[in-house]
Amino acid sequence: MAREFDVAVVGGGLVGGAIAYGLARLGRRTALLDEGDIAYRASRGNFGLVWVQGKGLGLAPYGNWTQRAARLAPELARSLLQETGIDVSLEQPGGLHVCLSEAEMDSRVATLTRLVEQPGFERYAFEVLDRAALAARLPGIGPGVVGATYCALDGHVNPLRLLRALHAAFVKLGGEYLPLHKAQRIERRNGRFVVSAGTGEIGAAQVVLTAGLGNAVLGPPLGLRAMVRPQRGQVIVLERVRRFLAYPMATIRQTDEGTVLIGDSQDESGFNESLSTSISATQAERALRIFPGLRDARVNRTWAALRVMSPDGFPIYEQSASHPGAFLVTCHSGVTLAGAHAFDLAPRIVAGELGADMKPFSAERLNVQKAA
Amino acid sequence: MFRRLPDGQATVPVTIDGRPFTARAGDSVAATLFAAGVSACRTTPVSGAARGPFCMMGVCFDCLVTIDGRPNQQGCLVAVADGMRIERQSGARIAADTPLGQS
Repeated sequence: MAREFDVAVVGGGLVGGAIAYGLARLGRRTALLDEGDIAYRASRGNFGLVWVQGKGLGLAPYGNWTQRAARLAPELARSLLQETGIDVSLEQPGGLHVCLSEAEMDSRVATLTRLVEQPGFERYAFEVLDRAALAARLPGIGPGVVGATYCALDGHVNPLRLLRALHAAFVKLGGEYLPLHKAQRIERRNGRFVVSAGTGEIGAAQVVLTAGLGNAVLGPPLGLRAMVRPQRGQVIVLERVRRFLAYPMATIRQTDEGTVLIGDSQDESGFNESLSTSISATQAERALRIFPGLRDARVNRTWAALRVMSPDGFPIYEQSASHPGAFLVTCHSGVTLAGAHAFDLAPRIVAGELGADMKPFSAERLNVQKAA
Repeated sequence: MFRRLPDGQATVPVTIDGRPFTARAGDSVAATLFAAGVSACRTTPVSGAARGPFCMMGVCFDCLVTIDGRPNQQGCLVAVADGMRIERQSGARIAADTPLGQS
């Protein structure tokens, strides 16, 4: 006998966790199916930025959705603190994208200008800081730093605490968190969905696929497409130093507890979570050009994790035409988008309809034949 | 708390927080701190709790001290040397060249 729920959310990372939390808040009887400790977990490897700056070039609605999510982040942090006592350490002082050459700076400003001038883009102001203006906000920058762009909407969070808080809040609201339930097969039976997971079956009126890279396999039998691939990202964690960085940057941030993280590498190596030392070296070298004072800081940890990347880099939000009640969500910004997933997307799923404004995020946009 | 075994050895002069102390040659910095009656050598960066040498074998990282100006050194893994400056640490270390790090 399958255990019955209103909704089965398949995938217990930040995306599934945020949606399941949102569904539980709305009183839906929800199961959150997760794998065990050994899994590809972007949610445990990510950098922790709540990042708006630069996102949405080529898909204006994604820029708007990201802004909406960043504006919902404080409410999410507040709710989670209230329900679980876990402080996710959200800070949104605005973020900096630092440039190390005039060419980099010119290209950055041109890109951001094109971004915010797109039709339909909810335009936000960004600042262009020359070296002197930047040095006033970021003391200790190296001589090779040319300047930066600043966006007031950017911030950061402790992503591990965010994941834990989402799970804890979900359970507190009556949700059922089911680890060691890797979904093998999902089918429609007697007007509902049956998920074969772990050693048993879970029945649900609706199913939401949030399985990251697993969505590519789980989606098609339900008429849902997610052509996602792994993209490796690496993080270097330095020892705690007295707080000196007041703003998160795209490549370096300092946590509220003083830890300095260096991130933002991107490379294509398939399902390979091992660390490339040459990439670490490049990251470290660039970080030292920005902050030479980190030269004698001890490296505590390094790791690699796999981003869930779509062909055009934008998220996919799909509802199945052939299997009504089945949804698919995939993105590589589970931290940034968590607020929108919990408070905006979950109600749409309860309504059974993503809505016309989510149409631009359908995988249909990717359904273009390759030219020979 | 700790008393030395009566095995006479050569001594080396060091300073602990600026005060002269006569250490035994071959001792680790952590053992020297114990011999000098120092049981807490740092406070933690997040909660400010006191910490002192614990495992004495390089595993627990509780014995972090500043040695000759270099912060966050594992006292149990460094042997004392003539004239060594050992300093207790308060909270997180400071990164060089930052406003906090400019001396």
